[in-house]
Amino acid sequence: MNAMTGNVLDIAEELRGQELPGDAPIGRQAQPSITPPRRRRRLGLGEALTFGPLLGPGILLLYWCVFSYTGWLDPRILPAPWATVATARDLIADGRLPANLTVSAIRAGEGLVFGVAAGLAVALISGLSRLGGYVFDSLVQMKRSIPTLALIPLVILWLGIGEPMKVSVIALSVFIPIYLQTHNALRGTEIKYLELAETLNLSRWAFLRDIVLPGALPGFMLGLRFAVMGAWLALVVVEQLNATSGIGYMIDLARTYAQTDVIVVGLVVYALLGLSSDAAVRFAEARLIGWRKTLS
Amino acid sequence: MNAVVRVRGLVRNFTLKGVLNGVDLDIAQGEFVALLGRSGSGKSTLLRAIADLDTEAKGSGEIVAPSKLAVVFQDARLLPWKRVLENVTLGLAGPDAKARGLRALEEVELGARDRSWPYELSGGEQQRVALARALVREPALLLADEPFGALDALTRIRMHGLLKRLSQAHHPAVLLVTHDVDEAIELADRVVVLDDGRIAANLDVRLPVAGPEREDAFADLRRQLLGLLGVEAELAGLR
Repeated sequence: MNAMTGNVLDIAEELRGQELPGDAPIGRQAQPSITPPRRRRRLGLGEALTFGPLLGPGILLLYWCVFSYTGWLDPRILPAPWATVATARDLIADGRLPANLTVSAIRAGEGLVFGVAAGLAVALISGLSRLGGYVFDSLVQMKRSIPTLALIPLVILWLGIGEPMKVSVIALSVFIPIYLQTHNALRGTEIKYLELAETLNLSRWAFLRDIVLPGALPGFMLGLRFAVMGAWLALVVVEQLNATSGIGYMIDLARTYAQTDVIVVGLVVYALLGLSSDAAVRFAEARLIGWRKTLS
Repeated sequence: MNAVVRVRGLVRNFTLKGVLNGVDLDIAQGEFVALLGRSGSGKSTLLRAIADLDTEAKGSGEIVAPSKLAVVFQDARLLPWKRVLENVTLGLAGPDAKARGLRALEEVELGARDRSWPYELSGGEQQRVALARALVREPALLLADEPFGALDALTRIRMHGLLKRLSQAHHPAVLLVTHDVDEAIELADRVVVLDDGRIAANLDVRLPVAGPEREDAFADLRRQLLGLLGVEAELAGLR
């Protein structure tokens, strides 16, 4: 009788012990065993190196030097690195590179500013309201399935071949990634935060300012990285179209005179612009989003 | 009795977390009520109904609850992009919001962590921030949905002491949803057992302050509540 009713407490403890999932059987730890030194497989990426990202470009440069020096690479196909450096120095000295670079940078910058502003504005309208989503989202998805470069003939007919056309094409190709990533991030706000906001009696504005917008910032920054790359790509294309200034014009002119070294300088400049602007966006991203703990 | 919460004939169907088949419940001003039940008994459904979070549920019944209510969820639900203090003062108006937030953080013994990011805190610390965020609003009703369910046993015991102290200091009405019988007896003035969407029992669990009388009363209540939850039969079966 005592055993039946006396000690529910103890029985409950016993039951609890049995219910614990994955609990080791009693006595297993008492057995003597020789444990080898702990060597666990680490699944992280290991320590980051400060200049690690330069490894790939370094290897490429090394091959380029070796092949040029040994003469395996015909200078008419690809001039030697040192010849390219000399050409670059000349181009800087006579002012052609700085002038064209400035024109190109302004062009890309204008396109980026207009494209980001428009993409962000439409993404906010369409991401934050049902009606806005119904009006704009399908339209942008339709636009998305047409490559921006395919729109160039139409844009030329509408705006001519001057600067407005060039800036518009760049802005169009910036608009899409900004819109897509921002809209996706805004609509991805988790319901649990909505519930929290409602129980805290937040106003709609406070809900947007404190929860939805900061939560969508990583998505926007990702869109910005795609957008910056898109801006440089579009720039390359529009500068081959009847331009009279810019890096693309410099390259096109060099093609006419078969100046391979000038073409290479132009391409390297494009690559450096792309890399440095991406690095700038990533730097801003790291500063703005310090609250995350990620693999990188 | 001055009831803060008044629920009459509450029915909720088509919910994922368990239905309610006609629940009546009153909670007095400053009263601490623990809502006990097995998984799927409808205890979370009842809490979400009182918190007005069940926008998608179908049902009927009458609920009166104060607008000054605060909810502590099972996950601390801190905004990862706000520092600890900003999480506490979220939505607070007035020039003294920051000072009030700091005071609340001190009350949960996290006064020095105001500038930390949530990911830098342990699970128990995060839940304490959530508690500070709830109490800084001086709610008339505190709803807690298994707030300690994800914490380890030692942290849970410390949190029990903290919640008890805080509820005595601020004196809100509290509805604590839990499946932990000891937690319910330890903290509450009254335990309501929910089974299959109905109230199966309503027990006063105010115990003597200390001594062997308290232990006897505790064991007695524990046995009674385990029986109501259908565990005692299983224990007998194991014997």
